[in-house]
Amino acid sequence: MTTNKRSFLDALWDFCCSLKLTLFTLIMLAATSVIGTVIQQGRSPEEYLRVYGENTYRIFEKLGFFDMYHSWWFLGLLALFAVNLIACSIKRLPRVWKTVRNPVLAPDDGLYRTLSNMEEMVSKQSPESLRGKIAEYLKTNFAPARVTEADGKVHFYAEKMAWARFGVYVTHASILIVFIGAIIGNVFGYKAYVNIVEGTETSRVWKRGGSQPTPIDLGFTVRCDKFSVTYYEGTMRPKLYKSLITVIDNGVEVKKDREVIVNDPLKYKGIVFYQSSYGPAGDPSFVLSVTERATGQNQTYNLRQGQPGRLANGLPFRVANFAENFQNFGPAVRIEVMPPGEPVRAFTVLKNFPQFDAQRGDDFIFSLDDFQQLQYTGLQVAKDPGVWVVWIGCILMMVGSIIAFFMSHRRVWITLVPLDGGKTGIKLGAAAHRNQAAFEMYFDDFKKNLKQELNS
Amino acid sequence: MFSDQIFNYTTLAYFIAMVLFISFIATKSKNVGLGGNIAAWIGFGLNTLAIGWRWYESKSLGYGHAPLSNLYESVVFFAWSILLIYLLMDIKYKQRALGAFVMPFAVLGMAWAQMMPDHSKSIQPLVPALQSNWLTYHVITCFIGYAGFAIACGASIMYLIKVGKEEKSGGANTPAGGIMSMFPSTRILDDINYKAIMIGWPMLTLGIVTGAAWANYAWGTYWSWDPKETWSLIVWFIYAAFLHARFTRGWVGRKAAWLSIIGFGATLFCYLGVNLVLSGLHSYGGG
Ligand code: HEM
Repeated sequence: MTTNKRSFLDALWDFCCSLKLTLFTLIMLAATSVIGTVIQQGRSPEEYLRVYGENTYRIFEKLGFFDMYHSWWFLGLLALFAVNLIACSIKRLPRVWKTVRNPVLAPDDGLYRTLSNMEEMVSKQSPESLRGKIAEYLKTNFAPARVTEADGKVHFYAEKMAWARFGVYVTHASILIVFIGAIIGNVFGYKAYVNIVEGTETSRVWKRGGSQPTPIDLGFTVRCDKFSVTYYEGTMRPKLYKSLITVIDNGVEVKKDREVIVNDPLKYKGIVFYQSSYGPAGDPSFVLSVTERATGQNQTYNLRQGQPGRLANGLPFRVANFAENFQNFGPAVRIEVMPPGEPVRAFTVLKNFPQFDAQRGDDFIFSLDDFQQLQYTGLQVAKDPGVWVVWIGCILMMVGSIIAFFMSHRRVWITLVPLDGGKTGIKLGAAAHRNQAAFEMYFDDFKKNLKQELNS
Repeated sequence: MFSDQIFNYTTLAYFIAMVLFISFIATKSKNVGLGGNIAAWIGFGLNTLAIGWRWYESKSLGYGHAPLSNLYESVVFFAWSILLIYLLMDIKYKQRALGAFVMPFAVLGMAWAQMMPDHSKSIQPLVPALQSNWLTYHVITCFIGYAGFAIACGASIMYLIKVGKEEKSGGANTPAGGIMSMFPSTRILDDINYKAIMIGWPMLTLGIVTGAAWANYAWGTYWSWDPKETWSLIVWFIYAAFLHARFTRGWVGRKAAWLSIIGFGATLFCYLGVNLVLSGLHSYGGG
């Protein structure tokens, strides 16, 4: 009974450590991730119902396909991934540690036989005279050797880049570190947004996610002094979205008129503000000047959009519409003159072409002198105390991968066995834990040169 | 634009290189192979010059961004990256026949770029979202990664053809003759497959990391599971599986070759399919 239990636990442990599990999780993660790229994530139920119909919707909903990267089964796969990494390291690391800390200094024939790079030769010289030469040769051509004497034999052991064996574990650990960073960010951070109208301030932002945005108190105040969009000359292609932001903490303006643009966020007390959207806030207002053609008399009006004005001849008019950039001609208003009992007369007035309206031939000539449209700036707000952990993980992942792929722990053993007649048998073996093919070539040269050296 | 003209010559040089490499397999003439190699180097030089020139033209227009910002620019850079990795492999392995299976990727890319309408080829100023140095780091690392996978895929296709032929002609002791004799040995093809992925995978990792860093800097989330990000991760998983199968279970030969081809299919979908088929933040699809 106990042995059964024991073997079950052993089997479970082996399963957790196994590379089969690694391949399974990697392939499953790859395959299932596709789902979330085909089904749009995080939309409203109405939208899904329209696209998929009632039955499919129910099934997808149950399977968590609409937010699949946070579904229990996907997180489960990621957990399995982590367990696999940890278990494999726990199992392997002590052994690797031992290989590195306590290498075999006095190899027996058994060890030599396991090495694919191995050579035996006989020298006429005595072990004593060879000893110094070999130590010197290893030192100049490979690495300083550790020498052990046992049973009359002399053993040399030299190694390079033993630490390369830890590259794999650094990489594996880095993935766990990235996970930890992501968890810290999710638990202690938030993603939010806020819209601030020019000239106003706020100390609350709105947390995303969940069915309803919830307010979060920043603990300080953020004011938007101005928002502006610039376009590349002669086009509608945006060049710059810019908010001027002032941060007020405890009544003190700690950051004043800081420009916040896309790709250059503002950071204060671990909370970061990103330029993300904008839009008009409330009706625009206009300064219009109207000249009576007959008399040359000029009158100026200050009107909001839709607010009626009255011309010198008593006819009412209003600004019906406004465009910040009308067909690439710049700001324009649509004016409607409303003679009682007659159809409305509507026409467009361009700010950048004040003479233009005269060509209409009307009694009154309109020009748009100025306008004011308040904007709001939309800022993403993020607090992520885990992000540094994630970057450390990423850096370790790169360093670890490069070590794991391209650095190799190389070892050389040489044993001198005294033979009859003052001769010496020389055994020579070597191993590399990566890139054996290249090491084989290196070892061939190594052997040849050593022979020459010893014969000279 | 002058750079467009140099891109035309680049395409021509790559095409000639491809034809010569294929002829090399058929004629077994060393000189033809050498000719292919020279044409590939000339094409690579022109490609480099053209990208540099386009950068200069962008500066003259007053924008000055690296030419890595739209589909057209990315395709010609992809061709450049393929040549970069290919020529590195050529220096190491000196296997001219490989060119016959790698150059077509570069030729197809360049030809497609040449056929794009003028408005896709024109140098446009960058919208605010793309105004960041991270764009340059991100694109360069990703594409060198993709290029590594392209070479690996080419070598894998050759491997499967060669192995298939050898088995039909009855066992290992009668190595496939005829056309196949110019192919590198299966051992070398397998090694090229592996080495190219060993270059590609760390670069893709770096590409994903730089992308995440940029996303975090630009909008405050390093990972948002947008389709492009997710697909790059899918590709990453596939090649991670490849490398682990190789490192510890000795998956070589056929299985490795198929996995490499599947991986490159996923890579192409990540690069093009996501933009043309799915929707997301990375928006060159409209082109
Ligand atoms: C980021 C990149 C990764 C690299 C560069 C990497 C590298 C390696 C290498 C080189 C080995 C062979 C170890 C040896 O020869 O002793 C290995 C083994 C292994 N890797 Fe990874 N790995 C990575 C990611 C992962 C991931 C994401 C997992 C997922 C769970 C994983 C799980 C394993 C397991 C279970 C083994 C076998 C352990 C053993 O038998 O020693 N690795 N990895």
